[in-house]
Amino acid sequence: MIFTHYFQTLGMSYPWAWALSQIASMLVFLVCLLVMVAFILLYDRKIFAAVQMRRGPNVVGIFGLLQSFADLGKYLIKEVIIPAGANKVIFLLAPLVSATLAFAAWAVIPMDQGWVFADINVGILYLFAVSSLGVYGIIMAGWASNSKYAFLSACRAAAQMVSYEVSIGFVLVTVLLFAGSLNLSDIVRAQTAPGVLAFLHWNWCTILFPMLPIFFVSAIAETNRPPFDLVEAESELVAGYFVEYSSTPFLLFYLAEFLNICLMSAMLAILFFGGWQSPLDIWPLNAVPGVIWLVIKIWFFFFLFAMVRAFVPRYRYDQLMRLGWKVFLPTTLVWVLVTAAWVVYVRHGGA
Amino acid sequence: MIFQTIAFYVFSVVMLLSAFMVIAARNPVHSVLFLILAFFNAAGLFVLTGAEFLAMILVVVYVGAVAVLFLFVVMMLDIDFAELKRGALQYLPIGGLLGLVLLAELITVGAVWRLSPAASTTLSSATPKGMSNTVALGHILYTDYVYYFQIAGLVLLVAMIGAIVLTLRHRPGVRRQSISVQNARQPDEAMALADPRPGEGA
Repeated sequence: MIFTHYFQTLGMSYPWAWALSQIASMLVFLVCLLVMVAFILLYDRKIFAAVQMRRGPNVVGIFGLLQSFADLGKYLIKEVIIPAGANKVIFLLAPLVSATLAFAAWAVIPMDQGWVFADINVGILYLFAVSSLGVYGIIMAGWASNSKYAFLSACRAAAQMVSYEVSIGFVLVTVLLFAGSLNLSDIVRAQTAPGVLAFLHWNWCTILFPMLPIFFVSAIAETNRPPFDLVEAESELVAGYFVEYSSTPFLLFYLAEFLNICLMSAMLAILFFGGWQSPLDIWPLNAVPGVIWLVIKIWFFFFLFAMVRAFVPRYRYDQLMRLGWKVFLPTTLVWVLVTAAWVVYVRHGGA
Repeated sequence: MIFQTIAFYVFSVVMLLSAFMVIAARNPVHSVLFLILAFFNAAGLFVLTGAEFLAMILVVVYVGAVAVLFLFVVMMLDIDFAELKRGALQYLPIGGLLGLVLLAELITVGAVWRLSPAASTTLSSATPKGMSNTVALGHILYTDYVYYFQIAGLVLLVAMIGAIVLTLRHRPGVRRQSISVQNARQPDEAMALADPRPGEGA
């Protein structure tokens, strides 16, 4: 909103100043996100290395801090190879779709009280819609590559992502029943309560607790990360749907994957761990800006995702499907009922 | 207002063009992708009219689930276009006739279409005051018409069970997995240590 005033002082009418300021702040936000992803990539590799008692990237910059930027340069200047039998338009559209959707989801994430681009009433549904669209990038890539490995991977991805969306959807339903709103900022605000021990009033400490592990596991499956990375199982499918991709199109897939994992971490923080709020409502902690708390939480949950990736072996495909349909779906369905009953009979006293 | 107008025309034009391309594209996969683009722009139009819940549901259900299956079926099919086009001329007269009949029906309906005078007031207040349209829809579906909603659910359930009954068959001689049996297996019943001497084998 600072930008709006700035553009208005330049002599623009309000709508144009508003539009320009939106574009300017989007650019700033995108750059911040990209820088965060650059360091998250390094963080991921460092965690993976530490689990295997290696050092990880440590040559480019001190502690390898500039490794991701060096990788970025490499991806950008290498040659784009398009297979001869590929459907060119869809082949190049697929990474664009993936990356665009991964960025678009961040539009509704409240970074702090009032710090959100689109404070829409149906924020949680928007996130659900955008994450369910993520499968298109993969299907299009798999089909357009004109390669058996890529296509098999796309089949797996579609089945897996559609299955786990169901349980994620029901987890979201329990949270929004509990918070009484579909707006993400309202969901965070519903977790505030007076008292020093603020973290005990977050959703993870309520009747919603059983949904937390289910959401965590489904989030891993939804983003196709190990142990559910059957989509890119290297022992079976070489590299999965992006086996034919090189250079910048590959970079876009890579970026989309990590943005999605960060998004899932942010969703965990917002749905269950109080979003931008500080865990203890006492002086030095509650003076820290909310955006810093949210980023700390994102990095914490990313750490958990990275640890799971480092030491859990890959699932078998039929077990993956069984877990999604026969364990998570019934559990979440029952929990939707339990939460609804709790809201009606306990919170509102049967009114 | 100018942004809404621009957005409306952009969404509408892209939607109409992509709807046309659904039937005009030569590659069926392209057709499905254009269909998805059309859905998307329809969702955009819903947002412009203030029906954000419907827009999101359209994207989640049609684009996120139905169209994925659609796309899959189309990608798996091995369609021979020469084969498809062969009979086209033969069926053109009867197909054209059916199209003309439909067009005539649409024109006759459209020519006598009158909006009821009450429509303008109900349209302008699509949702009751002080309610987001998610809440308003929830009240209608789950409070006012909950029995109809339940009946619709039951009809769908019956259809689902019917589809499963029609397609499910247990073939004899197929080895099936039982996860509980697999998990209950202990090392001592699954392996035996042998100590074979060299040259004899186990």
